[in-house]
Amino acid sequence: MHAVIEVGYLIATVSFIGGLKFMSSPKNAKSGNLLAAIGMVLAVCLTFIAAVSETVPYLNLIIMLLAIAIGTVIGKRLSSKVEMTGMPQLVSLFNATGGGCAMLLGLVEVNQMNLATALLGNKILLMAGLVTGAIALTGSIIAERKLAGKVKDNRSKTVIISARLLLTSLMVLPVLFFIGVIPISFPVFLYVLAVIAMTYGVLFVLPIGGADMPVVISLLNSITGIATAFAGFVYGNKAMIAGGIFVGAAGILLTLLMCKAMNRSLMKVLAGTFKKGKNAADEQEQDIKEISISETALALSFAQKIAIVPGYGLAVAQAQHICGQLQQLLEKRNAQVDYIIHPVAGRMPGHMNVLLAEANVAYARLKEMDEGNENMPQYDTVLVIGANDVVNPAAENNPDSPVYGMPIIRAHQSKQVVVMKRSMGKGYAGVQNELFGFDNCSILFGDAKASLQELVNQLKLI
Amino acid sequence: MEFLNQHIEEIYFVIFCVFIGIEVIANVPAILHTPLMSGANAISGVILVGAIIVMLRVPADDYLNLTLGGIAVFLGTLNISGGFFVTGRMLKMFNSKK
Repeated sequence: MHAVIEVGYLIATVSFIGGLKFMSSPKNAKSGNLLAAIGMVLAVCLTFIAAVSETVPYLNLIIMLLAIAIGTVIGKRLSSKVEMTGMPQLVSLFNATGGGCAMLLGLVEVNQMNLATALLGNKILLMAGLVTGAIALTGSIIAERKLAGKVKDNRSKTVIISARLLLTSLMVLPVLFFIGVIPISFPVFLYVLAVIAMTYGVLFVLPIGGADMPVVISLLNSITGIATAFAGFVYGNKAMIAGGIFVGAAGILLTLLMCKAMNRSLMKVLAGTFKKGKNAADEQEQDIKEISISETALALSFAQKIAIVPGYGLAVAQAQHICGQLQQLLEKRNAQVDYIIHPVAGRMPGHMNVLLAEANVAYARLKEMDEGNENMPQYDTVLVIGANDVVNPAAENNPDSPVYGMPIIRAHQSKQVVVMKRSMGKGYAGVQNELFGFDNCSILFGDAKASLQELVNQLKLI
Repeated sequence: MEFLNQHIEEIYFVIFCVFIGIEVIANVPAILHTPLMSGANAISGVILVGAIIVMLRVPADDYLNLTLGGIAVFLGTLNISGGFFVTGRMLKMFNSKK
Protein backbone atom coordinates (compact mmCIF):
# COMPACT_ATOMS: atom_id res chain seq x y z
CA MET A 1 0.00 0.00 0.00
CA HIS A 2 2.77 2.36 0.97
CA ALA A 3 4.49 1.88 -2.40
CA VAL A 4 1.26 2.59 -4.28
CA ILE A 5 0.86 5.86 -2.43
CA GLU A 6 4.46 6.89 -3.08
CA VAL A 7 4.02 6.19 -6.80
CA GLY A 8 0.79 8.20 -6.70
CA TYR A 9 2.68 11.18 -5.27
CA LEU A 10 5.32 10.75 -7.95
CA ILE A 11 2.67 10.83 -10.69
CA ALA A 12 1.10 13.89 -9.07
CA THR A 13 4.46 15.69 -9.01
CA VAL A 14 5.08 14.90 -12.67
CA SER A 15 1.57 16.07 -13.56
CA PHE A 16 2.27 19.43 -11.88
CA ILE A 17 5.41 19.91 -13.97
CA GLY A 18 3.56 18.81 -17.11
CA GLY A 19 0.63 21.05 -16.33
CA LEU A 20 2.86 24.10 -15.95
CA LYS A 21 4.84 23.14 -19.04
CA PHE A 22 1.66 23.01 -21.15
CA MET A 23 0.91 26.57 -20.04
CA SER A 24 3.55 27.82 -22.49
CA SER A 25 1.03 27.94 -25.33
CA PRO A 26 -2.61 29.02 -25.25
CA LYS A 27 -3.52 25.98 -27.35
CA ASN A 28 -2.30 23.39 -24.85
CA ALA A 29 -2.89 25.31 -21.66
CA LYS A 30 -6.31 23.79 -21.11
CA SER A 31 -4.99 20.24 -21.18
CA GLY A 32 -2.21 21.35 -18.85
CA ASN A 33 -4.73 22.56 -16.32
CA LEU A 34 -6.66 19.31 -16.60
CA LEU A 35 -3.48 17.28 -16.18
CA ALA A 36 -2.46 19.12 -13.02
CA ALA A 37 -6.00 18.80 -11.67
CA ILE A 38 -6.01 15.03 -12.27
CA GLY A 39 -2.65 14.71 -10.53
CA MET A 40 -4.03 16.65 -7.59
CA VAL A 41 -7.17 14.53 -7.29
CA LEU A 42 -5.00 11.42 -7.44
CA ALA A 43 -2.73 12.64 -4.64
CA VAL A 44 -5.69 13.60 -2.43
CA CYS A 45 -7.61 10.36 -3.11
CA LEU A 46 -4.60 8.17 -2.36
CA THR A 47 -3.94 10.01 0.89
CA PHE A 48 -7.56 9.51 1.79
CA ILE A 49 -7.57 5.82 0.91
CA ALA A 50 -4.53 5.39 3.09
CA ALA A 51 -6.60 6.98 5.82
CA VAL A 52 -9.44 4.53 5.47
CA SER A 53 -7.11 1.53 5.46
CA GLU A 54 -5.62 2.59 8.79
CA THR A 55 -7.65 2.57 11.95
CA VAL A 56 -8.88 6.12 11.99
CA PRO A 57 -11.88 7.15 14.10
CA TYR A 58 -15.05 7.52 12.04
CA LEU A 59 -15.61 11.03 13.35
CA ASN A 60 -12.35 12.22 11.74
CA LEU A 61 -13.31 10.64 8.42
CA ILE A 62 -16.78 12.14 8.45
CA ILE A 63 -15.42 15.61 9.20
CA MET A 64 -12.90 15.30 6.38
CA LEU A 65 -15.45 14.05 3.85
CA LEU A 66 -17.87 16.82 4.76
CA ALA A 67 -15.15 19.47 4.54
CA ILE A 68 -14.02 18.18 1.14
CA ALA A 69 -17.58 18.04 -0.22
CA ILE A 70 -18.46 21.55 0.95
CA GLY A 71 -15.11 22.94 -0.22
CA THR A 72 -15.55 21.49 -3.71
CA VAL A 73 -19.08 22.82 -4.11
CA ILE A 74 -18.23 26.33 -2.87
CA GLY A 75 -15.08 26.47 -5.00
CA LYS A 76 -17.05 25.53 -8.10
CA ARG A 77 -19.76 28.09 -7.28
CA LEU A 78 -17.33 30.96 -6.69
CA SER A 79 -15.35 30.22 -9.82
CA SER A 80 -18.35 29.99 -12.12
CA LYS A 81 -19.90 33.20 -10.83
CA VAL A 82 -16.89 35.53 -10.95
CA GLU A 83 -16.66 38.35 -13.50
CA MET A 84 -13.37 38.47 -15.37
CA THR A 85 -12.71 41.97 -13.99
CA GLY A 86 -13.03 40.45 -10.51
CA MET A 87 -10.44 37.76 -11.19
CA PRO A 88 -7.66 39.35 -9.08
CA GLN A 89 -9.98 39.39 -6.05
CA LEU A 90 -10.90 35.73 -6.49
CA VAL A 91 -7.30 34.63 -6.96
CA SER A 92 -6.38 36.53 -3.78
CA LEU A 93 -9.22 34.87 -1.94
CA PHE A 94 -8.16 31.38 -3.02
CA ASN A 95 -4.63 32.28 -2.06
CA ALA A 96 -5.89 33.21 1.39
CA THR A 97 -7.51 29.77 1.74
CA GLY A 98 -4.20 28.08 0.89
CA GLY A 99 -2.40 30.19 3.48
CA GLY A 100 -5.12 29.53 6.05
CA CYS A 101 -4.83 25.80 5.47
CA ALA A 102 -1.06 25.96 5.99
CA MET A 103 -1.44 27.91 9.23
CA LEU A 104 -4.11 25.64 10.73
CA LEU A 105 -2.12 22.61 9.68
CA GLY A 106 0.78 23.88 11.75
CA LEU A 107 -1.44 24.58 14.76
CA VAL A 108 -2.96 21.09 14.70
CA GLU A 109 0.29 19.30 13.93
CA VAL A 110 2.10 20.79 16.91
CA ASN A 111 -0.34 19.02 19.23
CA GLN A 112 0.15 15.65 17.52
CA MET A 113 3.93 15.81 17.40
CA ASN A 114 6.00 14.11 20.06
CA LEU A 115 7.70 17.27 21.27
CA ALA A 116 10.27 15.49 23.39
CA THR A 117 11.76 13.61 20.44
CA ALA A 118 11.06 16.02 17.59
CA LEU A 119 14.18 17.45 16.00
CA LEU A 120 14.84 21.15 16.27
CA GLY A 121 14.92 21.37 12.46
CA ASN A 122 11.43 19.91 12.18
CA LYS A 123 10.12 22.35 14.77
CA ILE A 124 11.63 25.24 12.86
CA LEU A 125 10.07 24.02 9.60
CA LEU A 126 6.70 23.63 11.24
CA MET A 127 6.97 27.13 12.63
CA ALA A 128 8.09 28.58 9.29
CA GLY A 129 5.15 26.98 7.48
CA LEU A 130 2.75 28.33 10.06
CA VAL A 131 4.14 31.87 9.98
CA THR A 132 4.25 32.12 6.18
CA GLY A 133 0.77 30.62 5.94
CA ALA A 134 -0.62 33.13 8.43
CA ILE A 135 0.95 36.07 6.58
CA ALA A 136 -0.46 34.81 3.27
CA LEU A 137 -3.89 34.33 4.85
CA THR A 138 -4.47 37.82 6.22
CA GLY A 139 -2.34 39.55 3.58
CA SER A 140 -4.44 38.03 0.80
CA ILE A 141 -7.68 38.93 2.52
CA ILE A 142 -6.61 42.57 2.79
CA ALA A 143 -5.43 42.48 -0.84
CA GLU A 144 -8.83 41.15 -1.86
CA ARG A 145 -10.64 43.86 0.11
CA LYS A 146 -8.41 46.55 -1.43
CA LEU A 147 -8.96 45.27 -4.96
CA ALA A 148 -12.69 45.28 -4.29
CA GLY A 149 -12.34 48.92 -3.24
CA LYS A 150 -13.54 48.20 0.30
CA VAL A 151 -10.29 49.06 2.10
CA LYS A 152 -8.24 52.16 1.35
CA ASP A 153 -4.47 52.49 1.38
CA ASN A 154 -3.16 53.42 4.78
CA ARG A 155 0.32 54.87 4.75
CA SER A 156 0.33 56.32 8.23
CA LYS A 157 3.59 56.11 10.15
CA THR A 158 1.93 53.95 12.83
CA VAL A 159 1.06 51.23 10.34
CA ILE A 160 4.47 51.18 8.71
CA ILE A 161 6.39 51.22 11.99
CA SER A 162 4.18 48.57 13.60
CA ALA A 163 4.62 46.36 10.54
CA ARG A 164 8.39 46.62 10.85
CA LEU A 165 8.26 45.91 14.58
CA LEU A 166 6.14 42.82 14.02
CA LEU A 167 8.43 41.58 11.27
CA THR A 168 11.42 42.00 13.56
CA SER A 169 9.66 40.15 16.36
CA LEU A 170 8.79 37.33 13.96
CA MET A 171 12.50 36.92 13.36
CA VAL A 172 13.78 37.51 16.88
CA LEU A 173 11.18 35.67 19.00
CA PRO A 174 11.91 32.21 17.52
CA VAL A 175 15.62 32.65 18.25
CA LEU A 176 14.85 33.65 21.84
CA PHE A 177 12.45 30.75 22.21
CA PHE A 178 14.83 28.11 20.94
CA ILE A 179 17.69 29.25 23.15
CA GLY A 180 15.23 28.87 26.01
CA VAL A 181 14.68 32.45 27.11
CA ILE A 182 10.91 32.35 26.68
CA PRO A 183 9.38 30.05 29.30
CA ILE A 184 6.26 28.82 27.48
CA SER A 185 5.50 25.51 25.78
CA PHE A 186 6.09 25.11 22.04
CA PRO A 187 2.36 24.85 21.14
CA VAL A 188 1.55 28.05 23.07
CA PHE A 189 4.49 29.77 21.44
CA LEU A 190 3.13 28.81 18.02
CA TYR A 191 -0.30 30.22 18.86
CA VAL A 192 1.37 33.51 19.80
CA LEU A 193 3.42 33.53 16.61
CA ALA A 194 0.29 32.84 14.52
CA VAL A 195 -1.41 35.90 15.97
CA ILE A 196 1.65 38.09 15.36
CA ALA A 197 2.03 36.79 11.80
CA MET A 198 -1.64 37.37 11.02
CA THR A 199 -1.40 40.94 12.30
CA TYR A 200 1.74 41.45 10.26
CA GLY A 201 -0.05 40.19 7.12
CA VAL A 202 -2.67 42.91 7.55
CA LEU A 203 -0.20 45.71 8.22
CA PHE A 204 2.15 44.64 5.44
CA VAL A 205 -0.49 44.95 2.70
CA LEU A 206 -2.32 48.04 4.05
CA PRO A 207 0.18 50.72 2.94
CA ILE A 208 0.72 49.32 -0.56
CA GLY A 209 -0.73 51.48 -3.32
CA GLY A 210 -3.49 50.32 -5.65
CA ALA A 211 -1.32 50.27 -8.76
CA ASP A 212 1.24 48.07 -7.02
CA MET A 213 -1.37 45.35 -6.48
CA PRO A 214 -0.06 43.06 -9.26
CA VAL A 215 3.24 42.86 -7.39
CA VAL A 216 1.58 42.12 -4.07
CA ILE A 217 -0.72 39.41 -5.41
CA SER A 218 2.22 37.67 -7.07
CA LEU A 219 4.26 37.94 -3.90
CA LEU A 220 1.50 36.57 -1.66
CA ASN A 221 1.01 33.73 -4.12
CA SER A 222 4.63 32.79 -3.78
CA ILE A 223 4.47 33.03 0.02
CA THR A 224 1.64 30.46 0.05
CA GLY A 225 3.74 28.22 -2.17
CA ILE A 226 6.65 28.47 0.24
CA ALA A 227 4.35 27.69 3.18
CA THR A 228 3.25 24.54 1.34
CA ALA A 229 6.84 23.54 0.72
CA PHE A 230 7.71 23.97 4.43
CA ALA A 231 4.78 21.76 5.40
CA GLY A 232 5.84 19.20 2.78
CA PHE A 233 9.25 19.14 4.39
CA VAL A 234 7.76 18.40 7.81
CA TYR A 235 5.96 15.35 6.40
CA GLY A 236 8.70 14.39 3.96
CA ASN A 237 6.00 14.50 1.31
CA LYS A 238 7.52 15.15 -2.12
CA ALA A 239 4.29 16.07 -3.90
CA MET A 240 3.78 18.86 -1.37
CA ILE A 241 7.37 20.06 -1.59
CA ALA A 242 7.31 20.08 -5.41
CA GLY A 243 3.91 21.77 -5.64
CA GLY A 244 4.94 24.39 -3.10
CA ILE A 245 8.28 25.15 -4.71
CA PHE A 246 6.75 25.48 -8.20
CA VAL A 247 4.19 27.93 -6.91
CA GLY A 248 6.85 29.81 -4.99
CA ALA A 249 9.01 30.04 -8.13
CA ALA A 250 6.08 31.16 -10.30
CA GLY A 251 5.14 33.82 -7.75
CA ILE A 252 8.67 35.19 -7.39
CA LEU A 253 9.19 35.24 -11.15
CA LEU A 254 5.96 37.16 -11.72
CA THR A 255 6.75 39.49 -8.82
CA LEU A 256 10.10 40.46 -10.32
CA LEU A 257 8.58 40.77 -13.79
CA MET A 258 5.90 43.14 -12.52
CA CYS A 259 8.45 45.21 -10.61
CA LYS A 260 10.59 45.52 -13.72
CA ALA A 261 7.61 46.47 -15.87
CA MET A 262 6.74 49.24 -13.43
CA ASN A 263 10.32 50.30 -12.91
CA ARG A 264 9.93 49.85 -9.16
CA SER A 265 12.14 47.95 -6.80
CA LEU A 266 10.46 45.34 -4.65
CA MET A 267 11.66 47.15 -1.53
CA LYS A 268 9.98 50.38 -2.61
CA VAL A 269 6.72 48.61 -3.37
CA LEU A 270 6.76 46.96 0.04
CA ALA A 271 7.58 50.24 1.76
CA GLY A 272 4.67 51.87 -0.06
CA THR A 273 6.76 54.81 -1.16
CA PHE A 274 6.68 56.52 -4.50
CA LYS A 275 8.95 59.09 -6.07
CA LYS A 276 6.72 62.04 -6.78
CA GLY A 277 6.82 63.85 -10.09
CA LYS A 278 8.34 67.31 -10.27
CA ASN A 279 5.93 70.08 -9.41
CA ALA A 280 3.75 71.73 -11.98
CA ALA A 281 6.01 74.77 -12.40
CA ASP A 282 8.68 72.61 -14.00
CA GLU A 283 6.36 71.30 -16.63
CA GLN A 284 6.47 72.71 -20.10
CA GLU A 285 3.41 74.01 -21.84
CA GLN A 286 2.08 71.35 -24.11
CA ASP A 287 0.44 72.02 -27.41
CA ILE A 288 -2.40 69.54 -27.39
CA LYS A 289 -4.45 68.70 -30.43
CA GLU A 290 -7.97 67.55 -29.88
CA ILE A 291 -9.69 65.17 -32.26
CA SER A 292 -13.41 64.52 -32.70
CA ILE A 293 -15.07 61.13 -32.85
CA SER A 294 -15.94 61.48 -36.54
CA GLU A 295 -12.36 62.43 -37.40
CA THR A 296 -11.14 59.38 -35.49
CA ALA A 297 -13.66 57.15 -37.28
CA LEU A 298 -12.45 58.53 -40.60
CA ALA A 299 -8.79 57.93 -39.70
CA LEU A 300 -9.58 54.36 -38.63
CA SER A 301 -11.53 53.68 -41.81
CA PHE A 302 -8.49 54.56 -43.94
CA ALA A 303 -5.96 52.71 -41.80
CA GLN A 304 -4.62 49.33 -42.89
CA LYS A 305 -2.79 48.42 -39.72
CA ILE A 306 -4.28 49.50 -36.43
CA ALA A 307 -3.00 48.89 -32.92
CA ILE A 308 -4.99 49.27 -29.74
CA VAL A 309 -3.10 49.92 -26.51
CA PRO A 310 -5.49 49.04 -23.68
CA GLY A 311 -4.95 50.11 -20.10
CA TYR A 312 -6.82 49.42 -16.91
CA GLY A 313 -9.10 52.37 -17.72
CA LEU A 314 -10.60 50.18 -20.43
CA ALA A 315 -11.52 47.52 -17.91
CA VAL A 316 -12.81 50.04 -15.37
CA ALA A 317 -15.15 51.44 -18.02
CA GLN A 318 -16.20 47.84 -18.85
CA ALA A 319 -15.39 48.76 -22.44
CA GLN A 320 -13.59 45.57 -23.51
CA HIS A 321 -16.66 44.13 -25.25
CA ILE A 322 -17.40 47.22 -27.27
CA CYS A 323 -13.69 47.33 -28.07
CA GLY A 324 -14.01 43.79 -29.45
CA GLN A 325 -16.92 44.97 -31.61
CA LEU A 326 -14.85 47.85 -32.98
CA GLN A 327 -12.14 45.38 -33.91
CA GLN A 328 -14.54 43.05 -35.73
CA LEU A 329 -15.96 45.98 -37.64
CA LEU A 330 -12.50 47.14 -38.70
CA GLU A 331 -11.46 43.62 -39.66
CA LYS A 332 -14.49 43.38 -41.93
CA ARG A 333 -13.08 46.39 -43.74
CA ASN A 334 -9.84 44.41 -44.24
CA ALA A 335 -7.81 46.30 -41.69
CA GLN A 336 -5.50 44.41 -39.36
CA VAL A 337 -6.13 45.15 -35.70
CA ASP A 338 -3.61 44.18 -33.02
CA TYR A 339 -3.63 44.76 -29.31
CA ILE A 340 -0.34 45.75 -27.76
CA ILE A 341 -0.41 44.90 -24.11
CA HIS A 342 1.92 46.27 -21.48
CA PRO A 343 2.81 43.76 -18.75
CA VAL A 344 1.18 45.88 -16.05
CA ALA A 345 -2.09 46.56 -17.87
CA GLY A 346 -4.72 45.35 -15.41
CA ARG A 347 -4.75 44.44 -11.77
CA MET A 348 -2.74 41.24 -11.90
CA PRO A 349 -0.14 39.82 -14.30
CA GLY A 350 -1.77 39.06 -17.66
CA HIS A 351 -5.15 40.37 -16.54
CA MET A 352 -5.78 42.42 -19.70
CA ASN A 353 -5.31 39.37 -21.91
CA VAL A 354 -8.03 37.54 -20.02
CA LEU A 355 -10.40 40.49 -20.30
CA LEU A 356 -9.85 40.71 -24.05
CA ALA A 357 -10.13 36.95 -24.51
CA GLU A 358 -13.49 37.18 -22.79
CA ALA A 359 -14.50 39.80 -25.36
CA ASN A 360 -13.72 37.21 -28.07
CA VAL A 361 -10.46 38.73 -29.25
CA ALA A 362 -8.38 35.98 -30.87
CA TYR A 363 -5.15 35.42 -28.95
CA ALA A 364 -3.12 35.70 -32.15
CA ARG A 365 -4.06 39.41 -32.10
CA LEU A 366 -2.72 39.96 -28.59
CA LYS A 367 0.85 41.19 -28.93
CA GLU A 368 3.39 41.52 -26.17
CA MET A 369 5.09 44.86 -25.70
CA ASP A 370 8.40 43.97 -27.40
CA GLU A 371 6.76 42.55 -30.49
CA GLY A 372 4.49 45.58 -30.76
CA ASN A 373 7.41 47.98 -30.40
CA GLU A 374 9.36 46.26 -33.15
CA ASN A 375 6.55 46.73 -35.65
CA MET A 376 5.44 50.12 -34.37
CA PRO A 377 6.44 52.24 -37.40
CA GLN A 378 4.15 50.11 -39.58
CA TYR A 379 1.00 50.96 -37.70
CA ASP A 380 -1.14 53.62 -39.38
CA THR A 381 -3.18 54.40 -36.30
CA VAL A 382 -2.59 53.55 -32.66
CA LEU A 383 -5.56 53.89 -30.34
CA VAL A 384 -4.58 54.32 -26.69
CA ILE A 385 -7.52 53.51 -24.43
CA GLY A 386 -7.33 54.10 -20.70
CA ALA A 387 -3.53 53.89 -20.54
CA ASN A 388 -1.16 56.74 -19.76
CA ASP A 389 2.23 56.17 -18.14
CA VAL A 390 2.95 53.08 -20.25
CA VAL A 391 3.06 55.19 -23.44
CA ASN A 392 5.01 58.14 -22.00
CA PRO A 393 8.19 58.68 -24.08
CA ALA A 394 9.70 60.49 -21.08
CA ALA A 395 10.46 57.01 -19.76
CA GLU A 396 13.09 56.74 -22.48
CA ASN A 397 14.36 60.26 -23.06
CA ASN A 398 13.95 62.29 -19.88
CA PRO A 399 16.26 61.14 -17.08
CA ASP A 400 14.57 63.59 -14.68
CA SER A 401 11.18 61.97 -15.02
CA PRO A 402 10.02 59.60 -12.26
CA VAL A 403 8.95 57.10 -14.92
CA TYR A 404 12.42 57.15 -16.52
CA GLY A 405 13.64 53.61 -17.10
CA MET A 406 10.23 52.03 -17.23
CA PRO A 407 9.73 49.94 -20.37
CA ILE A 408 7.05 51.57 -22.54
CA ILE A 409 4.99 50.91 -25.63
CA ARG A 410 6.48 53.32 -28.20
CA ALA A 411 3.17 54.49 -29.61
CA HIS A 412 4.81 57.76 -30.66
CA GLN A 413 6.79 55.91 -33.36
CA SER A 414 3.62 55.01 -35.24
CA LYS A 415 2.14 57.22 -37.95
CA GLN A 416 -0.72 58.53 -35.86
CA VAL A 417 -1.72 58.19 -32.23
CA VAL A 418 -5.18 58.82 -30.83
CA VAL A 419 -5.36 58.85 -27.03
CA MET A 420 -8.79 58.37 -25.52
CA LYS A 421 -8.95 60.22 -22.23
CA ARG A 422 -11.57 61.35 -19.82
CA SER A 423 -9.73 64.56 -18.91
CA MET A 424 -6.21 65.98 -18.84
CA GLY A 425 -5.65 64.26 -15.49
CA LYS A 426 -2.33 62.57 -14.91
CA GLY A 427 -1.57 58.87 -14.75
CA TYR A 428 -0.62 56.88 -11.69
CA ALA A 429 2.89 58.29 -11.66
CA GLY A 430 1.50 61.84 -11.53
CA VAL A 431 3.71 63.07 -14.36
CA GLN A 432 3.05 64.94 -17.52
CA ASN A 433 2.88 62.70 -20.57
CA GLU A 434 5.26 63.97 -23.26
CA LEU A 435 3.38 61.95 -25.84
CA PHE A 436 0.47 64.40 -25.81
CA GLY A 437 2.70 67.14 -27.17
CA PHE A 438 3.95 65.09 -30.13
CA ASP A 439 2.91 66.18 -33.63
CA ASN A 440 1.41 62.83 -34.52
CA CYS A 441 -0.65 62.60 -31.33
CA SER A 442 -4.19 63.83 -30.84
CA ILE A 443 -6.56 63.40 -27.95
CA LEU A 444 -10.14 62.22 -28.01
CA PHE A 445 -11.82 63.42 -24.82
CA GLY A 446 -14.69 61.52 -23.24
CA ASP A 447 -15.68 58.36 -21.46
CA ALA A 448 -13.93 55.36 -23.06
CA LYS A 449 -17.04 53.24 -23.37
CA ALA A 450 -19.28 56.00 -24.76
CA SER A 451 -16.61 57.11 -27.24
CA LEU A 452 -16.01 53.56 -28.44
CA GLN A 453 -19.74 53.03 -28.88
CA GLU A 454 -20.01 56.22 -30.90
CA LEU A 455 -16.98 55.19 -32.98
CA VAL A 456 -18.64 51.87 -33.77
CA ASN A 457 -21.88 53.62 -34.75
CA GLN A 458 -20.09 56.05 -37.03
CA LEU A 459 -17.89 53.39 -38.62
CA LYS A 460 -21.01 51.42 -39.53
CA LEU A 461 -22.17 54.42 -41.56
CA ILE A 462 -18.91 55.11 -43.37
CA MET B 1 23.42 17.81 11.90
CA GLU B 2 21.10 14.91 12.50
CA PHE B 3 18.40 16.98 10.83
CA LEU B 4 20.52 17.45 7.71
CA ASN B 5 21.25 13.74 7.65
CA GLN B 6 17.60 12.89 7.84
CA HIS B 7 16.56 15.37 5.21
CA ILE B 8 19.44 15.43 2.75
CA GLU B 9 17.33 13.72 0.09
CA GLU B 10 14.62 16.37 0.41
CA ILE B 11 17.19 19.12 0.18
CA TYR B 12 18.43 17.77 -3.15
CA PHE B 13 14.83 17.51 -4.23
CA VAL B 14 14.06 21.13 -3.32
CA ILE B 15 17.04 22.41 -5.27
CA PHE B 16 16.04 20.47 -8.39
CA CYS B 17 12.45 21.66 -8.03
CA VAL B 18 13.57 25.29 -7.86
CA PHE B 19 15.46 24.97 -11.13
CA ILE B 20 12.77 22.97 -12.92
CA GLY B 21 10.11 25.39 -11.70
CA ILE B 22 11.96 28.49 -12.91
CA GLU B 23 12.81 26.84 -16.24
CA VAL B 24 9.24 25.74 -16.94
CA ILE B 25 7.54 28.90 -15.76
CA ALA B 26 9.88 31.32 -17.51
CA ASN B 27 8.56 29.91 -20.80
CA VAL B 28 4.98 30.89 -20.10
CA PRO B 29 4.03 33.86 -22.31
CA ALA B 30 2.69 37.06 -20.73
CA ILE B 31 -0.69 36.41 -22.32
CA LEU B 32 -1.21 33.44 -19.98
CA HIS B 33 0.13 34.95 -16.77
CA THR B 34 -3.25 35.21 -15.07
CA PRO B 35 -4.21 31.57 -15.71
CA LEU B 36 -0.66 30.60 -14.73
CA MET B 37 -1.07 32.34 -11.42
CA SER B 38 -4.48 30.90 -10.66
CA GLY B 39 -3.34 27.46 -11.80
CA ALA B 40 -0.24 27.68 -9.62
CA ASN B 41 -2.49 28.82 -6.80
CA ALA B 42 -4.54 25.66 -7.22
CA ILE B 43 -1.39 23.56 -7.16
CA SER B 44 -0.39 25.11 -3.84
CA GLY B 45 -3.63 23.57 -2.58
CA VAL B 46 -1.66 20.31 -2.41
CA ILE B 47 -1.25 21.41 1.21
CA LEU B 48 -4.58 19.57 1.58
CA VAL B 49 -2.59 16.32 1.56
CA GLY B 50 -0.84 17.52 4.69
CA ALA B 51 -4.13 18.52 6.29
CA ILE B 52 -5.53 15.02 5.66
CA ILE B 53 -2.40 13.37 7.06
CA VAL B 54 -2.64 15.38 10.28
CA MET B 55 -6.37 14.70 10.59
CA LEU B 56 -5.58 10.97 10.68
CA ARG B 57 -3.68 11.39 13.89
CA VAL B 58 -5.99 13.67 15.85
CA PRO B 59 -7.70 11.73 18.67
CA ALA B 60 -11.49 11.58 18.15
CA ASP B 61 -12.15 13.37 21.44
CA ASP B 62 -9.87 16.33 20.77
CA TYR B 63 -12.64 18.57 19.50
CA LEU B 64 -10.59 21.78 19.21
CA ASN B 65 -8.02 20.21 16.91
CA LEU B 66 -10.68 18.29 14.98
CA THR B 67 -12.43 21.58 14.28
CA LEU B 68 -9.22 23.36 13.27
CA GLY B 69 -8.19 20.39 11.12
CA GLY B 70 -11.64 20.24 9.54
CA ILE B 71 -11.42 23.92 8.63
CA ALA B 72 -7.94 23.31 7.21
CA VAL B 73 -9.28 20.49 5.01
CA PHE B 74 -12.16 22.71 3.91
CA LEU B 75 -9.86 25.63 3.02
CA GLY B 76 -7.43 23.37 1.17
CA THR B 77 -10.23 21.83 -0.88
CA LEU B 78 -11.65 25.26 -1.66
CA ASN B 79 -8.22 26.34 -2.86
CA ILE B 80 -7.90 23.33 -5.16
CA SER B 81 -11.38 23.13 -6.61
CA GLY B 82 -11.85 26.89 -7.02
CA GLY B 83 -8.36 27.31 -8.47
CA PHE B 84 -8.65 24.60 -11.10
CA PHE B 85 -12.23 25.44 -12.06
CA VAL B 86 -11.54 29.13 -12.52
CA THR B 87 -8.33 28.46 -14.47
CA GLY B 88 -10.27 26.09 -16.72
CA ARG B 89 -12.90 28.71 -17.27
CA MET B 90 -10.34 31.32 -18.27
CA LEU B 91 -8.46 28.98 -20.57
CA LYS B 92 -11.68 27.99 -22.30
CA MET B 93 -11.98 31.58 -23.48
CA PHE B 94 -8.51 31.41 -25.00
CA ASN B 95 -9.31 28.08 -26.63
CA SER B 96 -12.58 28.82 -28.36
CA LYS B 97 -10.89 30.90 -31.02
CA LYS B 98 -10.92 30.11 -34.71
